Order: sequence, then structure tokens, then C-alpha cells
Amino acid sequence: MSLRIVVTVKYVPDATGDRHFADDLTVDRDDVDGLLSELDEYAVEQALQIAENADDAEVTVLTIGPEDAKDALRKALSMGADKAIHVEDDDLHGTDAIGTSLVLAKAIEKAGYDLVVSGMASTDGTMGVVPALVAERLGVPQVTLLSEVSVEDGTVKGRRDGDAASEQLEAQLPAVVSVTDQSGEARYPSFKGIMAAKKKPVESWDLSDLDIEAEEVGLDGAWTKVEAANQRPARTAGTIVKDEGEGGKQLAEFLAGQKFI
Amino acid sequence: MAEVLVYVDHVDGAVRKPTLELLTLARRIGEPVAVALGNGAADTAATLAEHGAVKVLTHEASEYAEYLVVPKVDALQAAVEAVSPAAVLVPSSAEGKEIAARLALRIGSGIITDAVDLEAGDEGPVATQSVFAASFTTKSRVSKGTPVITVKPNSAAVEAAPAAGSVEALDVSFSAQATGTKITGRTPRESTGRPELTEAAIVVSGGRGVNGAENFSIIEALADSLGAAVGASRAAVDAGWYPHTNQVGQTGKSVSPQLYIANGISGAIQHRAGMQTSKTIVAVNKDAEAPIFDLVDYGVVGDLFDVVPQLTEEIKTRKG
Ligand SMILES: Cc1cc2nc3c(=O)[nH]c(=O)nc-3n(C[C@H](O)[C@H](O)[C@H](O)COP(=O)(O)OP(=O)(O)OC[C@H]3O[C@@H](n4cnc5c(N)ncnc54)[C@H](O)[C@@H]3O)c2cc1C
Ligand SMILES: Nc1ncnc2c1ncn2[C@@H]1O[C@H](COP(=O)(O)O)[C@@H](O)[C@H]1O
Repeated sequence: MSLRIVVTVKYVPDATGDRHFADDLTVDRDDVDGLLSELDEYAVEQALQIAENADDAEVTVLTIGPEDAKDALRKALSMGADKAIHVEDDDLHGTDAIGTSLVLAKAIEKAGYDLVVSGMASTDGTMGVVPALVAERLGVPQVTLLSEVSVEDGTVKGRRDGDAASEQLEAQLPAVVSVTDQSGEARYPSFKGIMAAKKKPVESWDLSDLDIEAEEVGLDGAWTKVEAANQRPARTAGTIVKDEGEGGKQLAEFLAGQKFI
Repeated sequence: MAEVLVYVDHVDGAVRKPTLELLTLARRIGEPVAVALGNGAADTAATLAEHGAVKVLTHEASEYAEYLVVPKVDALQAAVEAVSPAAVLVPSSAEGKEIAARLALRIGSGIITDAVDLEAGDEGPVATQSVFAASFTTKSRVSKGTPVITVKPNSAAVEAAPAAGSVEALDVSFSAQATGTKITGRTPRESTGRPELTEAAIVVSGGRGVNGAENFSIIEALADSLGAAVGASRAAVDAGWYPHTNQVGQTGKSVSPQLYIANGISGAIQHRAGMQTSKTIVAVNKDAEAPIFDLVDYGVVGDLFDVVPQLTEEIKTRKG
């Protein structure tokens, strides 16, 4: 029996670009180049490894995002995923985490799944809550923030490094997993992989394909509202000294002046 | 006055500092009612009362330690149904955010994560967040249901505000999902005796410039002279020089101390994401062009192997 793995990946503005807000206070996705969120590359990697270790498995990558988000899917396909689903609809603009989890859950159910693999957080929103929300909606175990993961005989196991302790987790499939950047470096797409990706199927779904009403998502359907976004004032230029033998002492003097010593 | 639920992060009854900060913020909105779960829950009451909790709802059950996240969501949902609060505040740890998100979905409410400040507003609490690696500050509000808000450590002062803190048992029945993810083993972190990274008033960090695990003793010595926590950049962590639990940045801890000292760290955007809201920033780096110098209040261009030990000595001398 085939193991059906769905990997959720997000197309995000490049963190090293000059990210800002659009007039409607949503993340501006036009002026900064987008890419597959680096943290979701780890999810693709772990999904591919799980698939390689299974007798028979199929890896589907799923994204919700604008037209350009296809780039993120192509990258994941060139890493080795088998097929892709792109959920795109004008009414999705401005959807919050709660809405995103609704669309993902519906799409995952429609696609059919035994295992969902997500990243630890998106690099733009950085909430780190979507996998937990998707698990809640699907009514399946959440096995999240893993720095090590394996699947065997219908059981997923992993290690979650928390604040106070490192925990070993275990759950039966179907389940939702998320992996951290400690889970292992993601592979680079090979030339062969890039060529093969061009022929792999990418399905496009909109809200009506998922039986979701426009009011349930988008900026108007969001359950939170951003009222203001202001660029942080640049930090006032500090004092910079060159060490000529007394740098440590000068720094101590500064710290004493600030009452840290 | 409206009640505000505060989820208590504690270890066997010892309340962690971010929860006390939440009580300060909760008092701006209403009367804090604390929810403490698991082993030692009732032992939290005295501390919570000192800091303003009018009531402490407790529930002890082995499920909280044996299964991931969901039992705590069930309990918090029971508390929301019992109290009908004006808002629910949860500390912004990785687990706290997951608990808060699932709760919000269940009770039909919006969620705001990683608030760094909170004020009362005409249409409910207004949360301040710091986004895009702290280059923007936003003000947001939950527009549907009971606001569920997670708050980062060091977002408010801990204040004494004695209140009744009467303990009441919370009635919880676990959902079918509660036992879905079993915790089959737990290795507690070894205590270093240093302050908790996210809670510390001073953080001293080392990066690739530290150039080796053994050299981190220089960073630790400086930290100890100041009573500080030790942080590390991802480059230092990936090289295996320092544990991942100490990583500062986007995929590590986010810190907001009074003083942050970066040693041999270039200041990449992902590192800045975790430290840019620190009050005072100091850096030691031998490259005058390193982007970290754009952030500093005081910077020393020099070799950390000269500057840091000299600084440590001078601090020790001054402290006597
Ligand atoms: C998705 C993603 C998430 C990431 N998350 C994080 C994160 O959470 N935290 C994080 O830190 N990074 C993170 N990074 C990595 C980040 O991009 C940088 O690579 C990293 O922060 C660099 O660490 P560094 O400053 O120690 O090393 P470098 O950039 O190599 O800088 C080392 C600095 O040390 C100086 N130096 C060298 N020797 C000396 C000396 N003897 N004395 C004084 N100075 C010296 C050099 O001049 C240089 O400026 C992430 C990256 C990605 C893509
Ligand atoms: N628009 C999206 N499309 C697909 N997956 C997403 C989307 N948004 C979030 N995710 C998934 O949820 C994870 C956590 O995102 P977040 O909670 O937004 O930080 C990401 O790493 C993705 O795996």
C-alpha cells in the first residue's frame, strides 16, 4: 500500500530583500523576489527521505499562494517530489493563519494523505502555528517541531527539542508532522531533477474546488486585523572604536556608564 | 471587571518569569485568572497571587506529561467555557503558540502570536508585534471571538500586585484527540546555572569568530562576570561549538534583554531577527564593515581574543 505524503510549502518574500507592507497592510509580495521558504526545504527533504525508506510512496507538494508561488512548487519538484497542487484564488489575498489552515486542510483531504509534512514556521509570518491548526482541523495527531523523524509500520516517531526537555514522540498515521532546520540539510536539485520537474504534473485548484466560501478566507474573512504598521526607526548611530590595546577597557567604561557594571 | 485568562508556564510548581510578565499585562485589560495544569499546579498559587491573580484554576492529571499539546488545549478550553474571559494570554514559547492556536480555532477566535506589548483598546486589546526581523512594528487586534494572544518574554516588567489567588479545581474532560501523540521519553535539559536565555537581562553571544568549541569558555567567562546568559549564532551552533538550545535568531530563541553583546557575529538578517529588539546592543568584531555595527550602541573593531578577556578582567576589577 502506498504511503501518501503531502508537504505544505510556502512561497515567501526573500528575507534578505527589503520586505515591507502593502497599502492594505498585508505583506507586500510584489516588490521583493519570492522563493520557496528555506524552512520548508527541510520539510521537503524529510518527506523525500521518508518516501525513500518506504516500499512505495508518493510525495505531493501543496502551496497556497499567488501565481508566482508555482516557483516554490517547481523547486520542490526538482528536489524530487512527484507532483504538485497549487491553490490559487483572488479571494485568498490577505488570508490569516486560521484561514490558511482551513484551505490547507480541505486541500489535503481532497488530495488524500497518510502523512502531512510541514516546515517549523514560515520565514515571513513566522507564527509556527499552521501545522498545529491543520492537525486540529483534520482531527489527527500533531507531531511537530521535530529535529529527527522516521516512519515505520504506520507509526511516526521523532524527537522534539523543547525549552525544558528533549522529548521522544510517537503517533499513529495519519498524522501531521513539522520539522525544524535541525532535521538535516536539504538536498540541492540536480540538473536531472530540474529537467524532470518540468514534466511533473501541477494541478491548480481554486476555492470552489475545495467547497470554501470567499467570506471564510481573505482579508475580510480574517479573524485578526492589522491596524498599523510602522517601520522601526533606524537605531541611532552608536559609538564605534578601534581596539588599539584598550578596547576591552573602553567597552567596560561604556557599560559602567550605562550602569551594567 | 472582565476576567483575563493567563496560561501558567511552570516546572513542577515553579512559575517561569514570562508568566509573571503576562500577569502585569493582563491587569491592563482586566482581572487575571490563572490556569495551572499538571504536576505541582496548586503550588503555583502563592506566587501567582503575589503578582495579581485573583483566582488560580488548577487541574492535575498524568495526561499533561504523557501526551503532546492537546490535553492542555482541552483544559484551556474548559477554562474559557467556565470563565467567559475578555482575553486569553499565553506565553510565546513554541508549545505556547501551538496551544493558543488550537484553542483559538476551537472557540472561534482570532489569534495573535509573539506580541511584545499589549494595551486595552475600545474594541479589545491591541497587541504590538515586531515583524520582518524587527524592521517593522505593527499594532493588531483580534476581530472575531475572544482574543487569544501569545506574548514574548521580556515584554513587560514583573510587578508585585497582591490579590486573592484563591485556588479552584478546574473540571476537564479530555477530547478524543488528547492521547494522539504520546511522549515516550523525556530528557530534561541540564542546568548550566546561568539565567534562562529568553529571560535574561543580559545576553553574551558568540559566533563563527569564536572559532572553536573550546574558545567558548572566553564567552562564558564574560557572561559569568555579568551574570548573563550565553547565546550563539547559527554558524557556531552548526559547527557544533555550542548547543542549539542557545541559538539566537529566526530559528533559535528570540531575545530582548537590556544588554546584548555580540562577539564574532556578522549580524545576518536571521540573527538580527532574534536580537534586534534588545535595549542596548554592543558588538566586538574585527571587520569594521560587519552589518552588526549598524545596530550597535557601542562597538569595538578588534580581535575578540584580545578585547573580550580584557573586558572580563576589567569588569571583575570594577566589581571588586
Ligand atoms: C532559514 C534560515 C534561518 C536562519 N536562522 C538563523 C538563526 O536563528 N540564528 C543565526 O544566528 N543565524 C541564522 N541563520 C544563518 C545566518 O544567515 C548567518 O549565516 C549566521 O547568522 C552567521 O553566523 P555568524 O555571524 O556567527 O558567522 P559569520 O557571518 O561568518 O560572521 C562571523 C563574524 O566574526 C568576525 N570574526 C572572525 N574572527 C574574529 C575575531 N577573532 N575577533 C572578532 N571578530 C571575528 C568576522 O569578521 C565576521 O563578521 C539562518 C539562515 C537561514 C537561511
Ligand atoms: N500559504 C501556505 N501554503 C502552504 N503551506 C503553508 C502556507 N502557510 C504556511 N504553510 C505551512 O505551515 C508552516 C508554518 O507556517 P506558519 O504557521 O505561517 O509559520 C510552513 O512551514 C508551511 O509548511
